[in-house]
Amino acid sequence: MKRATLTIASLIASAGLAVGAEVAPLDVTFEDGAVAQSLSGAAGDAANGRKVVSTKGLGNCVSCHAISEMADDVPFHGEVGPILDGVADRWSEAELRGIVANAKMTYDGTIMPAFYKTTGYIRPGDAYTGKAAKSDPLPPLLSAQQVEDVVAYLMTLKEE
Amino acid sequence: MERNPLKPLTATALGLVMAAGMAAADENAELVINGDIEIVTRTAAPEHMEYIDEIRSGWTFRSDDTQAFQMDDFDNPGMIFVDAAQEVWDTADGAAGKSCADCHGAPEEGMAGVRAVYPKWNEAAGEVRTLEMQVNDCRENRMEAEPWKWDSGDMVNMTALISVQSRGLPVSVAIDGPAAETWAKGKEIYYTRYGQLELSCANCHEDNYDNLIRADHLSQGQINGFPTYRLKNAKLNSTHARFKGCIRDTRAETFSPGSPEFVALELYVASRGNGLSVEGPSVRN
Ligand code: HEC
Ligand code: HEC
Ligand code: HEC
Repeated sequence: MKRATLTIASLIASAGLAVGAEVAPLDVTFEDGAVAQSLSGAAGDAANGRKVVSTKGLGNCVSCHAISEMADDVPFHGEVGPILDGVADRWSEAELRGIVANAKMTYDGTIMPAFYKTTGYIRPGDAYTGKAAKSDPLPPLLSAQQVEDVVAYLMTLKEE
Repeated sequence: MERNPLKPLTATALGLVMAAGMAAADENAELVINGDIEIVTRTAAPEHMEYIDEIRSGWTFRSDDTQAFQMDDFDNPGMIFVDAAQEVWDTADGAAGKSCADCHGAPEEGMAGVRAVYPKWNEAAGEVRTLEMQVNDCRENRMEAEPWKWDSGDMVNMTALISVQSRGLPVSVAIDGPAAETWAKGKEIYYTRYGQLELSCANCHEDNYDNLIRADHLSQGQINGFPTYRLKNAKLNSTHARFKGCIRDTRAETFSPGSPEFVALELYVASRGNGLSVEGPSVRN
């Protein structure tokens, strides 16, 4: 009995260690807009990040940004933000993490939404229902792992 | 920036995707309805606007196909609803046994020029009124009939009938005097960044008009064409329904059609179109 408990506990502890602690949205530290640590404590999965970037119900980054690499399989790229080709040449991983988590820390007043932020909104809604939000803080637009996945994908966008 | 030999190719591929998405409109097309009513779809911005020089009707941003619907009333699906409203106009309703026609005559006479100046300050009521508010005032107090819901078919159709009587006239809502306070409130709403996406009307319709947001070609969000027949939902849509949809899309708690906030916003947005022609009912996607 005792032994079993111990084993489970140590399993959890080691899983926790391997993955690292998730950083909650309110605890993210920005340095000149950049975020050094992985938000989920784990590495990102670029393939899933590509999905988050291109899918309407997820990051939907292509609503504002064009990405040439996706031109064939993802229709309708927007032009509100810069073309993301070669972003990994322009920004470091930590800077990209900061831009995705809260672009307002890099670009003052930018139109780009903050994807890992949960409070400080005017008339926050319950997703796209038009009704009042059910909680404060809100769930962030992307989970810590989704942000990491997106950053991993952005890191593949190199031109040089 | 470094030169990249791949660039031109990339740009072409992208251009293709975009062109397929929007069937680009002829931005210099002119709108003359029924070969007769000349519509001003571009003109100098009114003085109160600080960041835009030229105002443009939403029509100029739409695809050739969508634009064509509005050039002839036989092709404009919104006109069916105008006909429906004409019937209601002529029919008595309410305890007083009156129809709109009994007091206002034919809409061509009674309602000429009305749309162009609404929302408008009403001295007796001490408030800025939209067309909907004025119509319901007549229904309740002069006809002794039930008020129509803001977004009901009867109401939206009636505003379309009234709008038709001003087509081609320049929008010219008053923003000074007693309307100034409501106007200022509307302006504040226009520049407030609502919802979890933290976007204001201005972020999309002032900073980014003419840009694509996903498949949508962003216009200036003008309301000179309201009510609009949307191909998307195949009915006439009120100004406030459109406002509601746009605020909802910022993941915000919206205001309700007919709320004081939307009345103020309507006055402000209408004033950004002062000088464009009344177009309603227009056709949009
Ligand atoms: C509502 C429009 C909008 C959305 C949605 C949006 N962005 Fe942005 N983004 C912008 C704008 C505009 C800028 C440029 C910053 C500025 O000038 O405000 C930008 C800048 C960036 C940059 C820096 C680009 C460069 O070339 O240096 C990156 C990287 C970026 N965005 C990634 C993303 C990702 C990833 C997502 C989705 C998770 C996303 N954006 C969603 C509007 C948007
Ligand atoms: C019993 C007479 C009567 C009936 C019936 C009536 N109205 Fe009116 N209506 C008036 C009067 C009088 C005014 C002017 C009121 C004012 O300025 O405050 C008016 C004003 C209006 C205005 C504003 C016009 C302007 O120039 O600002 C509109 C719009 C309007 N009515 C629409 C309607 C509609 C639509 C109906 C039928 C659903 C209707 N009315 C039925 C008497 C009537
Ligand atoms: C995220 C971007 C976005 C925001 C923020 C936004 N809109 Fe829109 N709006 C759109 C899109 C997309 C359309 C459809 C294409 C077009 O006409 O721009 C639209 C259409 C409209 C139209 C219809 C124009 C026509 O000619 O039929 C009006 C009016 C409008 N918006 C007003 C507003 C107002 C007022 C606000 C602020 C409460 C607002 N919008 C906020 C994206 C936005």
